[in-house]
Amino acid sequence: MRSISIAGIAQLPSKLAEHHMDAAELVQAVTALALADAGIERKQIGFVCSGSSDYIMGQPFSFVMALDGVGAWPPIRESHVEMDGAWALYEAWVRLQHGDIDTALVYSFGKSSVGNVDDALGMQLDPYYVAPLGVSPMALAALQARALLDARFANERDFAQAVMRARLAGARNPNIPTPTATTVDALLAAPWVASPLRAHDAAVRTDGAAAIVLRAGGPGPKITGFAHRIEPHALGVRDLTTSPSARRAADDAGASRIDVAEIHTPYASQETILRNALGLNDRMLVNPSGGTLVAETPMVAGLLRVVEATRAIRDGAHRALAHATSGPCLQHNLVCVLEST
Amino acid sequence: MIPTAVIGIGQTRHAAKRDDVSMPGLVREAALRALADAGLEFKDIDAVVMGKAPDMFEGVPNPELFLADALGAAGKPMFRVHTAGSVGGSTAVVAAHLVSSGIHKRVLCVAWEKQSESNAMWALSQTYPFQPPVTAGAGGYFAPVIRAYMSRTAAPEHVGWKVAVKDRLNALKNPYAHLQLPDISLETVKASPLLWDPIRYLETCPSSDGACAMVLSSDTAGVKNPAWVLGTSMRTEPLLFAGRDEVTPMAGQLASKDVCAEAGITPAQIDCAELYVPFSWYEPMWLENLGLAESGWRAVDRGDTEMTGKLPINASGGVLSSNPIGASGMLRFAEAALQVRGAAGAHQLDRARIAMGHAYGGGSQFFSTWLVGAEKP
Repeated sequence: MRSISIAGIAQLPSKLAEHHMDAAELVQAVTALALADAGIERKQIGFVCSGSSDYIMGQPFSFVMALDGVGAWPPIRESHVEMDGAWALYEAWVRLQHGDIDTALVYSFGKSSVGNVDDALGMQLDPYYVAPLGVSPMALAALQARALLDARFANERDFAQAVMRARLAGARNPNIPTPTATTVDALLAAPWVASPLRAHDAAVRTDGAAAIVLRAGGPGPKITGFAHRIEPHALGVRDLTTSPSARRAADDAGASRIDVAEIHTPYASQETILRNALGLNDRMLVNPSGGTLVAETPMVAGLLRVVEATRAIRDGAHRALAHATSGPCLQHNLVCVLEST
Repeated sequence: MIPTAVIGIGQTRHAAKRDDVSMPGLVREAALRALADAGLEFKDIDAVVMGKAPDMFEGVPNPELFLADALGAAGKPMFRVHTAGSVGGSTAVVAAHLVSSGIHKRVLCVAWEKQSESNAMWALSQTYPFQPPVTAGAGGYFAPVIRAYMSRTAAPEHVGWKVAVKDRLNALKNPYAHLQLPDISLETVKASPLLWDPIRYLETCPSSDGACAMVLSSDTAGVKNPAWVLGTSMRTEPLLFAGRDEVTPMAGQLASKDVCAEAGITPAQIDCAELYVPFSWYEPMWLENLGLAESGWRAVDRGDTEMTGKLPINASGGVLSSNPIGASGMLRFAEAALQVRGAAGAHQLDRARIAMGHAYGGGSQFFSTWLVGAEKP
């Protein structure tokens, strides 16, 4: 395998609503920042790959007009995944393995403010048997949380503590809406929305964009492992208290001796599951950015975890793990392991 | 880079409405045929790559999630590609790279569309505030580009009719093809209604339900006639800017140059091609764009692109005979592989050592291509 480094990173501030920039403007701004961070010019980029979702943006072919922000002239080598940008990063990493291209630009963008994200995610469910029931993603996460409680793997206080940790760390993150200060007891006093989950157990949804420049060889954190796995869609055939796909992805990516982990948790209750599956423990720093509970931009959240893991390494960590998830109840999980050089 | 080959190919019977199967049933039909062709089972597959056009076509966002079970992907990496109409080709390219990079040994790729479950024209017509509409009602979008080609090259009107007849006659030899029009002739094409000047009804592709699947592998032990991947390309240019030549987009030219350079051949060494021709005139236009003919319309007029001609195009019947949008690009790539494997059945060509598969999408701005060959590179 060729050694691939993270040469540049960028994000736009995650905002509750970004009304002043459309997709192309988000992409133009964030890719320019990532290229500047890498010290690479647009025309030196060998491959471009992006991740986005039409249902999130409310428009078919939403990635097409966003291309205007990339500068695709003369014609570029380019691909797109209808997934979180973390999978676009995976495709770019695979593409660089081919050997004929040495640099890649990866970006993703998403806007929660232009529609109802839960409505869109609810339509991911099996369209014949499950989606017509109108079950919301939060209700499914609540089923999973209930299974955790029943198995005594966690209690509601654990969920509240995950939210507290996220808000305390997030208060130091200049790129997200400032989290409201609170206490665990105050959180636990809030009413259930979908028992045993409360409104604050769900990620704060934001608008935003992230970008990464990859380079074969060269300085910058090295990608030492990159893998993803999916589980069955039918919730009834899964043990919702564990995440075998996250565990397999972490194994495939060689996720050991980790100092810092940035994990993608759409719901506070899922942190317990992912900590267990990814082999995280209290000696490691988990989500120094505050993570997705304080700012989750759909289709960007996973790629942004890699951006944050890169920052952690630039700040002195030796090995960092970035995780992304997709689908109801953590159906699909990706792990990228970075190491300082 | 590890030599990679197509070792299994499957496709569904394409039709306006496949109401005998669900979406999982449709993709599984193609996948099981590709696996059977390769002599493999789902358990032998390391990863699955899925492609399709906009999710609004069926009303299911990120359908790789609910299709994971039907494609035997549970416990494996599953990937979803979307590059507009070129996606079927791009999906195959991503699968090929997963193998050639050494990450996986056997990858199943699947591309599909089930247009009958929703309304593609509705999905294509959504507009977004403060952005120019993509105006993807495809015929209306491409008709002026075709007119520009005709005016630029002084091509006579019957050239489009000839392509329409040729592809439908070829489709009669392909049991999977959606349209079966044994009575088609230049006269019936000419007499069919004018939809978007100069495109007549019989010069357009149908709307189809269908899927296509391939198994790509570096392990060809025991495989009869693998189709070796000699080169791949994905090229993109922006939709709108002054000076862009939509008649012969630069991204398309580069997509051809890329694969020829990677394979170390010239376009003249290509024996046959499956080109993405949703409107008859795109055959002569792509012939020129890809460097396969000096004058595309003269090549068509001479009969060069017929099955007996010197550069047969779309022996399968092409997009003009079956158009499950997301799968249409992969069908081109798969049909090119079938030809070099000598496995195309009644539409097998006499000479097919090197074949091109080609797909395009958006406003002629996304291109994917590959070259496959009978000889190991």
